[in-house]
Amino acid sequence: MSNIVEIKQLNKSFGEHHVLKDIDLQVKTGEVVVIIGASGSGKSTLIRCINGLEEYNTGTLVVDGHGLEPHGGSQKALNTIRKEVGMVFQQFNLFPHLSVRRNIMLAPMKVKGMSQAQASDSAERLLERVGIGNQADKYPNQLSGGQQQRVAIARALAMEPRLMLFDEPTSALDPEMVGEVLDVMRELAREGMTMMVVTHEMGFAREVADRVIYIHEGRIVEEGAPDQVFDTPQNERTQAFLSRVLSH
Amino acid sequence: MESTFSFNWQAAIDAIPFLLKGAPYTLMISFGGLLAGFVLGILFGLLSLNRRWYLRWPATAYIEIFRGTPILVQVLFIFYGLPDLLGGPIEPVTAAIAAIALNSGAYISEVVRGGVQSIAKGQREAGLSLGLSRTQTFWTIIWPQALRRMIPPLGNQAIVSIKDTSLFSVIGVGELVRQGQVYIANTFTAFEVYFVVAIMYLIITLSLSLLLRLFERRGINAV
Ligand SMILES: Nc1ncnc2c1ncn2[C@@H]1O[C@H](COP(=O)(O)OP(=O)(O)OP(=O)(O)O)[C@@H](O)[C@H]1O
Ligand SMILES: [Mg+2]
Repeated sequence: MSNIVEIKQLNKSFGEHHVLKDIDLQVKTGEVVVIIGASGSGKSTLIRCINGLEEYNTGTLVVDGHGLEPHGGSQKALNTIRKEVGMVFQQFNLFPHLSVRRNIMLAPMKVKGMSQAQASDSAERLLERVGIGNQADKYPNQLSGGQQQRVAIARALAMEPRLMLFDEPTSALDPEMVGEVLDVMRELAREGMTMMVVTHEMGFAREVADRVIYIHEGRIVEEGAPDQVFDTPQNERTQAFLSRVLSH
Repeated sequence: MESTFSFNWQAAIDAIPFLLKGAPYTLMISFGGLLAGFVLGILFGLLSLNRRWYLRWPATAYIEIFRGTPILVQVLFIFYGLPDLLGGPIEPVTAAIAAIALNSGAYISEVVRGGVQSIAKGQREAGLSLGLSRTQTFWTIIWPQALRRMIPPLGNQAIVSIKDTSLFSVIGVGELVRQGQVYIANTFTAFEVYFVVAIMYLIITLSLSLLLRLFERRGINAV
């Protein structure tokens, strides 16, 4: 299978602060890649580069055959990539002034020119799929955190993305709601969605990931199948990190 | 000196019909000026947020100039100063509307800027990541939310501007205060007349406050 993401020698700085260092990373179509690492190690920055929410400084980045140049690149490439890449944020980022249905309908109508009736049908189907089919006409603030995050996933899926990025999708949730969101993600993975997931949910990573990547201070220092990374980490930094998070 | 003053209700009531002739001017100048000020405010408020400095700077200059000088000086400048430049006189009412428009426009620019900046960064990122363009993201996601937050400060500015129209008696616009001055010149009942004038302003501003409060509540329920 072909690579949907190809990153070579990518470097990214915020001013003087060198945040991503010589990142080489390929993601195959259908693969689930989980990215772990300490706070501030650059996990969010890395996945935000992939849909152009952050610009990078040097290296190459190709997403689904579309090159995205350093320093933002062309607006056209950005637009193409963003249509094909869905993103789910830690803070959900639902649109509070729109109903759940309208949240989901917005992009298909504005970007793909889908008709209102079609977009509304599709919104209902997607809500059904994430297990909240009866909430379409509520507003986001009338839903629980877990429900909001599931709406956010449905909203991203409405664009029929080829790749889904998740940036700590369960970190802002009350513990009892983490499971329902992970269930939806597990299901997506089972259906063959290509996913890059930043998470601290090690159980989920072990179960769902095809590959786990450990980032330390902006560098990929360990990478491999979950069992390999979790049970026999090669790098001592990975060992230290895992013993810290797994002891909790 | 002993005061023998007592409030003359009859004089106050007698003054009402004459004073009321000023109300349409006060309302028209306020409404026309604020409407234009709102347009200016959106325009310059958004320009002041633009990434390009050559759009941002002129907007900032406009805002600073009209916030940093008294509206009285602004209207005197427009009414007495501009005709030299234009080569012809300006109607007092036109000058008054222009002064409210330019002055409130500067303050409303700041309201617009603050409203837009108050919307969390994640909203923009969510829009962009869904494939919406920057323009679509702004007008369908940021602006509707910002507008809702702008209602209270806009109401505040409307009240300030309504009261500012009282200054335009100096260029002879027949608004509420001017009508009062003319009436007093004949009757010498300053206390009663200004009392009635004050009540008239209060009726206008309180109605507006009430209207905005209803509007705001409706807006919040919709979220
Ligand atoms: N917009 C920004 N401007 C300046 N520095 C930033 C910005 N965003 C992130 N950084 C810095 O870059 C580094 C990497 O941040 P990033 O958010 O990618 O880390 P992370 O691994 O996602 O951490 P966390 O687990 O806390 O989310 C941090 O030191 C952070 O302070
Ligand atoms: Mg992060």
